[in-house]
Amino acid sequence: MAKLNVNPNRMELTKLKRRLVTAVRGHKLLKDKQDELMRRFIDLVRHNNELRKNVEAELLAAYKAFALASAIVSSEFLEEALLLPTRRVSLEVTTQNVMSVTVPKMEFKEEALLQDADIFPYGFLGTSDEADRALKTLYDILPKLLELGEVEKTCNLMTDEIEKTRRRVNALEYMTIPQLKETIKYIKMKLDENERSNLVRLIKVKTMIQA
Amino acid sequence: MIIMRKIGVVGDKDSILAFKAFGLDVFPAFAHQPEDSRKIVDRLAREDYGLIFITEQIAQTITETIDRYNKAITPAIILIPGNTGSLGVGMARIRANVEKAVGMNILD
Repeated sequence: MAKLNVNPNRMELTKLKRRLVTAVRGHKLLKDKQDELMRRFIDLVRHNNELRKNVEAELLAAYKAFALASAIVSSEFLEEALLLPTRRVSLEVTTQNVMSVTVPKMEFKEEALLQDADIFPYGFLGTSDEADRALKTLYDILPKLLELGEVEKTCNLMTDEIEKTRRRVNALEYMTIPQLKETIKYIKMKLDENERSNLVRLIKVKTMIQA
Repeated sequence: MIIMRKIGVVGDKDSILAFKAFGLDVFPAFAHQPEDSRKIVDRLAREDYGLIFITEQIAQTITETIDRYNKAITPAIILIPGNTGSLGVGMARIRANVEKAVGMNILD
């Protein structure tokens, strides 16, 4: 490991020692942050994986039901039936700080546009039972789908932060700290050497005077 | 800070029609016109859409645009399978995340 290019004197030594203390402390803190981030990330990503598998399977089932419905009812009619929704889903986004990563916290507001409206935006005349079923399946998936949105975004944001933290921890652990240690050792050696040579010189001078 | 956001769905017409019934805003797009899909996604991101669902079929054609929003808090762009079946793109994204963060795949 290369030592830093500094003058070997006492002032540099003190400075470097102080830097080493800071670096070690920073390394410890960052390492703790990395561990905690990783723990949370792993939990979250497992959840994300499960959720996505679930949602994908259910969504495909809903599509199938919907395809069946559109095979029975003409597509223009189906489109017309769905034209005017009875409810509106909106999103309330607040931000939350998880280990210094800002993640969105989404809350879903669902409001019916008409009073006592059920989820079906059409009358029962003309549409088939299949359409009802397809809509019902999709409606049941909706909360999961929205949760997936929040979880997946959070995972995404955490990934970046974890990578950044890991790089910093590694840089401190394998570059900064060893370099500082090496340099401190070098300066100490150099100072000791100077001390010794000074001593020898004094002794030499003394014998010359006595002679 | 509370902001009310909207939810958008982008995809081919057959896949997304049903979402309209719940009051989500749907935007039809076609896989062979990536330019149009890109414009739609960018416009939704600029307007106050907090969550954009996009079918994998469309998402495949505009991956750079989607990756661009990875680091922003909103919008969250979520891939959903289209009505022709899952392409595994969404799953691959989760796996890529894990590999980037952990350094190896721990999910399966």
